[in-house]
Amino acid sequence: MVGTSRFALNAYELVNEIKNGSISVEDYIASMFERIRKMDERINAYITLNEHALEEARIVDKALKGYTEWKGYSNGNGNGNSSILLGVPLAVKDNISTQGIRTTCASKMLEDYVPVYDATVVKRLKDAGAIVIGKTNMDEFGMGSTTEFSAFGVTHNPWAYERVAGGSSGGSAAALASCMAGIALGSDTGGSVRCPASFCSIYGLKPTYGLLSRYGLISYANSLECIGLMARSVLDLALMLKVTAGSDMQNDHTSIDADTSLSLDPESISPDIKGMRFATIREVVESEGIDEPVRDSMLDAISSVEQLGAIVEEVSIPSLRYALASYYTIAMAEASSNLARYDGIRYGYTEEPDGVAWNEFYSTIRGNFGSEVKRRIMLGTYVLSSGYYGRYYMKAQKARALIRDDMLKVLKDYDAIMMPTMPILPPRIGERVSDPLRLYNIDVCTVLANLAGVPALSIPYSMYNGLPIGVQFMARHLDEPLLLRIAYALESARCDKVRRCII
Amino acid sequence: MTKMSSDARVRIGLEIHCQLTALRSKLFCRCSADYRGKEPNTNVCPVCLGMPGTLPLLNRRAVEYAIMLALALNCKISKRITFYRKNYFYPDLPKNFQITQYNAYEHASVGVDGSLVLDDLNGSSKTIRIRRLQLEEDPGRLAYEGSIDTANYALVDYNRAGVALVEIVTEPDFDEPSEVRLFLNRLASILEHLGICNPALEGAVRCDANISIGEHARVEVKNINSFKDVERAVAFEITRQRSLASRGIEIRGETRHWDDARRITVQARMKEEEEDYRYFPEPDIPSIVVKEEDVEALRARMPELPYARVERFVKVYSLSSDTARILVNEKHLADLFEASTKYYDNARSIANWIVTDLKGYLERYASYDRNSKGDDGSSNSIFAKVTPRHIAELAMLVDSGKINRVTARQILQNVVASGMLPSAIVQGMDADMLSKKDELESIVNRVIEEERKAFMDALSNEKALNYLLGKVMRYSNGRADPKLALSMLKEKVADKSKGGK
Ligand SMILES: [Zn+2]
Repeated sequence: MVGTSRFALNAYELVNEIKNGSISVEDYIASMFERIRKMDERINAYITLNEHALEEARIVDKALKGYTEWKGYSNGNGNGNSSILLGVPLAVKDNISTQGIRTTCASKMLEDYVPVYDATVVKRLKDAGAIVIGKTNMDEFGMGSTTEFSAFGVTHNPWAYERVAGGSSGGSAAALASCMAGIALGSDTGGSVRCPASFCSIYGLKPTYGLLSRYGLISYANSLECIGLMARSVLDLALMLKVTAGSDMQNDHTSIDADTSLSLDPESISPDIKGMRFATIREVVESEGIDEPVRDSMLDAISSVEQLGAIVEEVSIPSLRYALASYYTIAMAEASSNLARYDGIRYGYTEEPDGVAWNEFYSTIRGNFGSEVKRRIMLGTYVLSSGYYGRYYMKAQKARALIRDDMLKVLKDYDAIMMPTMPILPPRIGERVSDPLRLYNIDVCTVLANLAGVPALSIPYSMYNGLPIGVQFMARHLDEPLLLRIAYALESARCDKVRRCII
Repeated sequence: MTKMSSDARVRIGLEIHCQLTALRSKLFCRCSADYRGKEPNTNVCPVCLGMPGTLPLLNRRAVEYAIMLALALNCKISKRITFYRKNYFYPDLPKNFQITQYNAYEHASVGVDGSLVLDDLNGSSKTIRIRRLQLEEDPGRLAYEGSIDTANYALVDYNRAGVALVEIVTEPDFDEPSEVRLFLNRLASILEHLGICNPALEGAVRCDANISIGEHARVEVKNINSFKDVERAVAFEITRQRSLASRGIEIRGETRHWDDARRITVQARMKEEEEDYRYFPEPDIPSIVVKEEDVEALRARMPELPYARVERFVKVYSLSSDTARILVNEKHLADLFEASTKYYDNARSIANWIVTDLKGYLERYASYDRNSKGDDGSSNSIFAKVTPRHIAELAMLVDSGKINRVTARQILQNVVASGMLPSAIVQGMDADMLSKKDELESIVNRVIEEERKAFMDALSNEKALNYLLGKVMRYSNGRADPKLALSMLKEKVADKSKGGK
């Protein structure tokens, strides 16, 4: 393997090369850093690089020398997760805790914060042999859909530098699309993994709420958010899911004690979707907010899956019109409470406290949040205030229950719900940020899965004038294997039509 | 302005915080629940420091303990127990919200609508209603170099942050400060019997009181550190409010602090606006669905509670209900009593010995200790030495007439110091009571000879007789039976007055 193409290897291919000795992990990581140094100046995917990555790579290489035989993925059965991502460079969104590597949430408030522990998901990926290469850019505390609200600058879309990479996990998506990482972690509160995945032409999976432990994910909106998985191939996604899924009852009450025998082994993923029934949602299809190229791509996707033997029908979910209001009310309410801890007393940004009254100190310190974070904290504080709780927060929860029930009802009759990931093409940098409501509106298709807690996957589907367009599928709780099957079917059928990275 | 008569009804309500000191770990993390005496900020972890990304992990045993306490206080147990966030900024709160419970939108707290009966209220009884019982986390503590007024900054110690607290809120059903004290003693006994909280530990049980008279505004008194002070603070506040009311001065609804040095309540700093805690359900802890059978299983596992124990003591050991209550009020006394009866079957004698002599001794000793070293449950050290066998032997020796009570008390001191068995001590000090008349005779005669004047006075003055008795006791090194000695002295005096006439 020579040249730049080896950076475009899928993780499962890379692991094979590493295990059969064609690639030394140390060399690979070192040249990856070289690539990042060259390319990331224009893209700005990373906030911090892991200065221990080479050391860790050497450890992996050493361990490899003890290897005798690589038996293929069947080895990954049962308890054998220990090496299935051996040597794969992992990009981690900067709101996921990494021991010893600063974790900023792209906020001035945490610019010097170094966690003393690894998030459960990071720990599991590291145990499986992945090497954290760096921490990726994002909207501050996950609040945004474009990675423009970062204290560390905008992330540029590798497919079109003047456009956004999406958000809030924009850095992770851009790093994958530009081959500056092998796999990546994001977080998805209302689409934050799927939106940049769609804008950058990679896969972005928001798992079932609780399937991946949130322990170590720095809270923005607890009841909605999940750590999400991002990759350039379906099989990579399956490997990541296999490694990271499963209960973490020791740390996280909201993690699900799911049957870990979820059939996630890549070899068990069939590209066959014959007879599957998909629902499209009339309210989404007919929505005026959908760009023409996105609508065309969606129609094309429908005919693609039909050609693969699936049945697509249109249904109506009238409660969806409450989705954005419900989502933003709940998210901001939870955020206003979660972000209260950033007060400069225990960690993070601080100033001299001597002789300053508490309230004054708090105001000074907390003045360092970015404007979008301030907006959401204030709105969240408002909707929780006594007298308004019933009018906003409680109502939002009722709407959420309604939407969830309606979606689950549809998912009783259909295997999956199908819709565009994003209603628009990647906007130009600066195009949307000035108008918060217009910005919030682009989350219309993604927030549904978070409100209902169901898994959702954005699949890179097509290009329009060089700009990626994704298609999204949502399934029943814990039906990730079905989503992977759909994706695998589309990936196999369209391997010549979709590029998932640029070299 | 409404003038009010000074006999307008007083209403007192309590808000009591009890730490679940029997737990090994804090409410939401694995740090030790025992934070006392540790270096500041050493009993902490990412979770209880509220580090970014950490999640609370609910201590299931804490929930069980809280349910047990709720059952002991006759509460209804909520079908769904839900935690809420109470949002406010304060440096002792690592997350700037407290995980607690809140009942405004649903019955979320562990227990509601309970009651505790005060049945030893000078013969009558009274029911205090419990509004709710909830589980929550304790904040950290602030410390100042020098005093709060002169320090330039506050220091924060998070060792206590996250310790499990049960908050009990009563209805304003108390009329008298003395009822408050009775209630707290009864509650302490329940906590001890359940084995979930040691009320003797400093800060383990803390109490706020709200007091109002007639239709006047309610005043909350915080910062009360001991049960005794609760009674004092409430009494002070009633007097203060009555005095204001009688002069037609408005009583402001406010929060006051108890100043235990000056023994008065002082106005707390006024808040600029009413605090809005923005309660909402804690999204990181799913609601606990409580099944009837789980509650019944817990109920079945609960140890005997004070009321039942008092009843049993009366029935099984034929104690008076007063004696039984005094014993049960302090679990260690009741335990000592029951264990002692295994060595000596005169239960009433043992009970009396504990209730009068031992308790008196303990109170003197413990209060001395509390003042000098802080209240760390100092009677423990005594109980390490004074075992049921000691008590049984002392009672037995007194009952058999081998020693008198005065000697027995001296022996108790010796027991505390040496841990020796009373029978051995008695042998050693040759303390068999001088009960035979002829042995006493010589001492009595010697006293009468030496104290001629007192003896003459004793003919007309009872006090002089006591003086002589004291002398006899001293000459006998306390071994004389005071009853016998007194009757002998009286005989001598009677003989003298007869002979004199
Ligand atoms: Zn802790």
